[in-house]
This record gives sequence, C-alpha cells and structure tokens, in this order.
Amino acid sequence: MFEAIAFYLFAFLTIAMFFIAVTTSQALYALTALAAGMIFISAFFFILGAEFLGAIQIVVYSGAVMALYAFGMMFFDTTRDVKEKNGNKFIVVGLSTLAAILVVVIVAVPLLSENITALYPMTEGVGNTQDVGMVLFTKYLVPFEVAAIMLLVAMISGIVLAGKKMDLSLTLYSTAEITDMKKDQDMKVLS
Amino acid sequence: MMEIGLNHYLVLSTILFTIGLVGVMRRKNLLLLFFATEILLNSVNIAFAAISHYYGDLTGQMFAFFVIAIAASEVAVGLGLLIVWHKRHGTIDLDSMSSMKG
Repeated sequence: MFEAIAFYLFAFLTIAMFFIAVTTSQALYALTALAAGMIFISAFFFILGAEFLGAIQIVVYSGAVMALYAFGMMFFDTTRDVKEKNGNKFIVVGLSTLAAILVVVIVAVPLLSENITALYPMTEGVGNTQDVGMVLFTKYLVPFEVAAIMLLVAMISGIVLAGKKMDLSLTLYSTAEITDMKKDQDMKVLS
Repeated sequence: MMEIGLNHYLVLSTILFTIGLVGVMRRKNLLLLFFATEILLNSVNIAFAAISHYYGDLTGQMFAFFVIAIAASEVAVGLGLLIVWHKRHGTIDLDSMSSMKG
C-alpha cells in the first residue's frame, strides 16, 4: 500500500521534473529540475532495497555531477534563452517512443523466459551495503579497477582541458599560433 | 493496481527514456544536450535496480554502479571540451560545430 503510494508519487514527480528539464528554455531551470529529478530517482532505489545505490545516486549525481555542471555554467552565457531545433514534432516524438519501446523489449524479452537463476543471489541476513561490497570486491574487482582508471583519466583530461594555458596542443589551434605561444612561454622562462 | 511489480518500473524507465530521447533530439545547446543524456543514463539505472530487486540478483546493481561511474567521467571530459570550445568560439550551439564538414 505505502509502496504503491510512494511509487506513484515519485514516478509523477520524476517525470514532471525531467519533462521540465527537457522542455524549458532557461538553462538554470533545467539544471535545478534535473537535480531534483536525480534526488527523486534515488527514492526508487530506496524503495527497491538498494540503499547503497540510492546513497551513491545522491552523492555522485546531485553532489558531484550537478556541482560540476553549476561550475561549468559559470563559463557560459546562461541568461540568454536557448534556441531550439524546429523539426517535425510528430517525427521526433514518434521516433523516440519507438526507440524506447525497443529498448524495453530488448530488456524484457529475456525476462519472459522461465529459467532465470540469480548469478550472484542476495545473501540472507546481510545488509545491502555489505552484500554489494562482497560481490564488488570479489567478482567485479577487475571492472572496479578499470572504472577507477577511467575516472583518473577523466580527471586528468578535465584538468588539462579546462585549465589555463594547458591547451597549447589542441588541434583547433593552427601551427603558427602554437609556436607563437611556445615562444612566449620560452621568453617568460628565460627572462 | 496496488501491487507494484517489475513491469511498473520498466514502464517508468521507458517513459523517462523517452523524455531523454526527446531532449536529445530537440536540444541545440550542448549543455542541455548533456542534461538529456543524464536523463537517459538515469532511466536505465532504474531498470537495472528494479530487475536486480525482483530477481534477487546483485548484478543489476553492479551495472548501475558502473553506469554512474561512466556518467561522472563523461561529464568531466565533456564539460572540459565544452569550456575549450566556448573560449575559442564564444558559443556552444551545435550548429557552430561544423569545422569537420567536407
């Protein structure tokens, strides 16, 4: 009963927030609505008994990703209204509905078969966080380390791309500009 | 109606995925395009967590973790590229990015 009420309430709130995030013409409204929607999505994870995933959702999405977007928006002109593509609306809505239904079919067809057994079943009498930890650090250790290396690569590339004067070798600059900048730097170092 | 099953969550995931796809198709500003991709990733996470719960299997939650990690690194790299492009051209509209056009 309470599960159903919570599900419908948060489903409505999430859909409304993401709809605002997609349709508004103000970038700040979109950012705020997206952050609210992320927090509402973590409610589904709590309902589903995946407490650790819910906490990670709040920390990573609403904390890290949204803060990153907020800092990134300082670089852009966000007060101006956003222009949109004015394509055929029926084609857009029809195509996206079709694609989403296809995705669900792809996910749901294997579930229809009867002989599904859990590969890593949940342990009885153990909390979700402990269970996740046990599976993550035994069966999924290699993907975990690969994800860590990927995050390191992303961090370094973010620093290099957004940092000052660290973009000397970007392909968008012409060769003459790069040599000029290098020469300037050499002069500064020598003097 | 009152019993929430796996199909409820899959339908919700579909609706959110559709909203994200509409966003990807109609947004021209690259920052808002990134918002739409975040919606796509989140809707898939809901489906993963629901399947994980209703089949008693932790694999779905594991995949949701890796999806979150990928989303975080995507944001870092994408925003860095966006900042460089904005410094260089003063706009982040998709129409301005045609320097590789033949």
